[in-house]
Order: sequence, then structure tokens, then C-alpha cells
Amino acid sequence: MTGMRRQGLSEQSFAFLILVPAAVVIFGVVLFPLLATFIYSLQNMELISEEKGKFLGLLNYLRVVRSDWFWQALGRTMYFTFVSLAVETVLGLLIALLLNTSFHGVGLLRVLVIVPWATPGIVTASIWKWIYNPEYGVLNAVLTRLHILGQYRAWLSDPFLAMNMVIIADVWKMTPFAIIFFLAALQFINKSLYEAATVDGAGVLSRFRHITLPYLVPTMAVVVVMRTVEKFKAFDVFYVMTRGGPANGTKVLVYEAYLRAFGNLQYSISSTVSYLIAVLVLVFTVIYVRLMKRGEASEL
Amino acid sequence: MIRNRAFPVVQYFFGLLVLLFVISPVAWMFITSISIHRDIIAVPLKVIPRQATLHRYLDVFTNPDNEIAHAFEIAMRNSLIVSAIVTIISLVIGSLASYAFARLRFAFKNSIMYLILFTYMIPSVVVVMPLYLLLSKLGMLNTRPTLVLLYLTMTLPFVIWVMQSYFGSLSKTYEESAAIEGCNRLQVLWHIYFPMARPGIIATAILSFLIAWDEFFFALIFTSTLDAKTISVAIAEFSGKHYVDYEMIAAGGVIAALPPVLIAIIFQKYIVMGMTAGGIKE
Repeated sequence: MTGMRRQGLSEQSFAFLILVPAAVVIFGVVLFPLLATFIYSLQNMELISEEKGKFLGLLNYLRVVRSDWFWQALGRTMYFTFVSLAVETVLGLLIALLLNTSFHGVGLLRVLVIVPWATPGIVTASIWKWIYNPEYGVLNAVLTRLHILGQYRAWLSDPFLAMNMVIIADVWKMTPFAIIFFLAALQFINKSLYEAATVDGAGVLSRFRHITLPYLVPTMAVVVVMRTVEKFKAFDVFYVMTRGGPANGTKVLVYEAYLRAFGNLQYSISSTVSYLIAVLVLVFTVIYVRLMKRGEASEL
Repeated sequence: MIRNRAFPVVQYFFGLLVLLFVISPVAWMFITSISIHRDIIAVPLKVIPRQATLHRYLDVFTNPDNEIAHAFEIAMRNSLIVSAIVTIISLVIGSLASYAFARLRFAFKNSIMYLILFTYMIPSVVVVMPLYLLLSKLGMLNTRPTLVLLYLTMTLPFVIWVMQSYFGSLSKTYEESAAIEGCNRLQVLWHIYFPMARPGIIATAILSFLIAWDEFFFALIFTSTLDAKTISVAIAEFSGKHYVDYEMIAAGGVIAALPPVLIAIIFQKYIVMGMTAGGIKE
């Protein structure tokens, strides 16, 4: 503290001084294990192996990319990411457009729409697991009463169906995120553009296509890239609802890495999978930063 | 804007659909939590229960003999303590760091910022194993301070990223005149800058709390008993058991959802600001 009062403390020294606490935590707790995981992925870390600790180079990576399970898990991750994002973005946009109009109760609806997003992931997952319950679930009860369904179904017992049911739960929780982003963006839209277009005889759809949509594209890009990373990280829903099953139908990359490490104690393989995930995330981070920079440039 | 007579009907119809979509799962959880067991397992299901009871909520706060209720009580306390401490520390450390990014010139500024952004984006599973091996060697598993430390790695990058973009949008005039008046750097920070940045600080405080409250993966790996277990871990554990007490878990779910949902509703404006800071330019 005394150093601060000295005239001589340069801007750079002061900057580093106030950065130190955050840097120690972030880099100390993240960069060390990030490096360690990389080293594990180059070694034989199997606990029972006699050659534990032996340097293997890229052998683990070769083993992983030559396996079927890796590509299947990647495929499931992509499916989960793509489908849930597409649904959330479209649904989020439509709901935001609705909430941007005025009608009785729209204010309350704008407030309530944040509820699913604020509900903790684990709670969301257990609500939906309970809704899907094959014997007592409310989904079966409602669908049979409406005669949409002839008999009760076990929603989480078919691999492909289970994945889609998990996606529904995720869409419920995360659509509000897209709604909030789009609503915030819509509030800054230039109203006079609409008036001019209306004078020129443009209809609702053509105003949407030529004014609203182009205006929302940058927001959409940011939302999609941010959410893609979050989708890659998704763990809670799978842990509570399906544990990667049935028949590995919902085993995404992060769940695969988790199981290999804490279920099978295959530390090297888990680290290798983790690192491949990290590389994918790095790619998305670079895209995100590019998008933000372009947004700043277009502002000038 | 649109003068079509059918339009209000369309608005209310879809408005109602949105309301149902948003509220019915939570409403079902609440109904389950106050229903009696017989109604819940009835076929055909009674969606509106014949009888209601609040005894599960009472159990959570008063009955140490009910295993699940007791676990929920302790786990709630752990979640509250951990999330509150994480929020305070991330605010103090994070706002200092974000000031540096928003206002000061120093070497490698952009590279450090991107590195921080990257650490925010990497999934916990990538770093979990070395951390687990190290912390178990140090005897630091299953403690609340360990959770606080781990959660800081998620909230700090977020706080810094959001705050530096919010701080960057504030005018520099007051700081400059304060500096001319002879305030030192810390005085400028404390007397001019932080008061000006208050909305941004509130927004990031709320979001840090929500991030810490919602976290599950680290809590699952690093806690094993009620010494440090969070409410998310307790709920996940009891819903994974062979015999599942759905009504009790629903009650736990309502209790666990209440703090973040109330905060989100009360401070919605700040949350929207924090979430969209950096993402949307006016």
C-alpha cells in the first residue's frame, strides 16, 4: 500500500499490482491443471499398468481418434449441440418478437420468462426426469388423457428418444437466454426504419425480413457461439436424467471423459478426450473474439 | 404498428402458450412437493391434488431425523455460504482486475484478456483430474474453502470480462479531474470509479452468485459428505437412489430454485445488462 503513494509507480506497475490476485487464482488453478492434463495425455497413466508414467507421445491421441466410441460421442455431442441450439434460437427469436409487442400481461410474461433460466441445472434435470417418469410421469398422464398416446411410454429407455427428451429439458432451461438477448437487441432497433418501410408499403413479413432479421444477425451470431461452448460443456442434465445411457445413447464427449476418469480410472484416455474438447473450445473462443471485434468495428 | 384485428387474438394465444411452456414444469414440481404420496402415484393421475401438505418444507428446516430433509438443510447452508463468499471475493478481486483492463495500458493486455476468456470457456472436465490428484494429496477434498477456490476460477473470468466491457463504456472525465485534483490511483478507484460503476458491479455480483449456486460438476467430484456438499449434489444424489422419494426431492428442488429465481426476478434489469454486456452494442 505504501508503494501506491509514491509518485513513481508507473501505470504498468499499478496495472500488474491490481491484476495479481485475479491472475494468481485464475492461472494458478486453471493453467497448472491444463498443462498437467496435457502431460497426462502424452503418458501412460493407467493405475494398474506396469509402465505407468511412461512417455507415449501422441499414441493416446491415435488410440482415441482410431476408436469408434470417440466419433460416436462426438456425433452425439454435435447432435445435442446443433438441435438444441437451433430450437432455442428459433424459439427464442419468436418469443422475443412476441414479447416485444404490447398486450395485457406482457410485462409479467417478460419477467416470468427468466424463471427456467434461473432454475439450477440439477433441479431442471430432476423436474424433467420426474415429468418423464414411465409410471407416474405427468407427461404420460396428460398425453393419454388427450388421446395423443395410447399407452404409457418409457421416455428415457430408447437411446435416440432419450437424447431428444434431454434436449427438450435443455431447451426449456436455455431458451430464456436467447429470449433475453434478442429482447435487449430489439429495444435498440431504430423505429423510424419501420415507419419509413410502412410508408413505402412494406408488409409485416417483408419488414421482418429486411429490417429486423438483418439487424439481429450479429446478436444471433454471438448467442450461437457462446451457447455452442456451453452445449459442449453440458453435464448436469445427462448426469441426472440418463447417466449417458440407455445403450450409450446420450453419452456426450464431456460425459465420456468424466466416466473414463472417475468410473474406469483411465486417466490418460480421459485426459486425451478432454484435450480434444479443449481444442474444439479454443476454436470457438477464437470465433467468438472475431465476432466481437467485428461488432466493435462496425460501430465506428 | 400493426392494425390487424386478428392480431390481439394471436398475441394472447401465443402469450398463453409461452406462459404454459415456462411455468408448467415448475408448477408441477411445486404441486408434487405439496401432494400426498397416494395422489402422486394414482393412475389416472390427479393433476390437481385433493389434499395439500407443507410438512416436507417443515421437515427440511426442523426435522433432523428425516435423512433427506436433514441433508437438504445442511446442503442449502453449504450452498449459501460458498456462493456468498465466492460472490464477495470475485467482486473485490475481479473489479480491481477489470479496472486494469478497462483503463490502464500495460504489456500483453489483449493476450492476457483472451487467455482469461479462454479459461472461462474450457469445460471443468479438462482440468478436473490434476486438481483432484493435487487436492487429495494436500488433504483438501470435501471442504468448503476448496469449493470456493474452484468456483472462483469460473466466476472471476466472467466478472472481469463483463466488468471491463461495462467499465469501458463509462466516461473518463471525472477520473481525470480527480487525478488533477491530486487523488492517487486507489482514491480515484474507490471514490470516483466504483460509485460510477455500481450498476455493473451489482449485475456481476448477481451473476457470480447464480453461477456458484448452479455449479454441479466440481461439487460432485470434490465433495463427499455433508461437510461441504451443495444442494445440487444432494438433490442429484437422492434422485439417483433406487427408491426415490419424488415428493421430497420436489420440495428440495423448490427450495434450491427459490434463491436464484427470486434474485433473477427482482434484479432482472441488472441481469439482462450483465448478460448482454459485451455481447450487444447499443
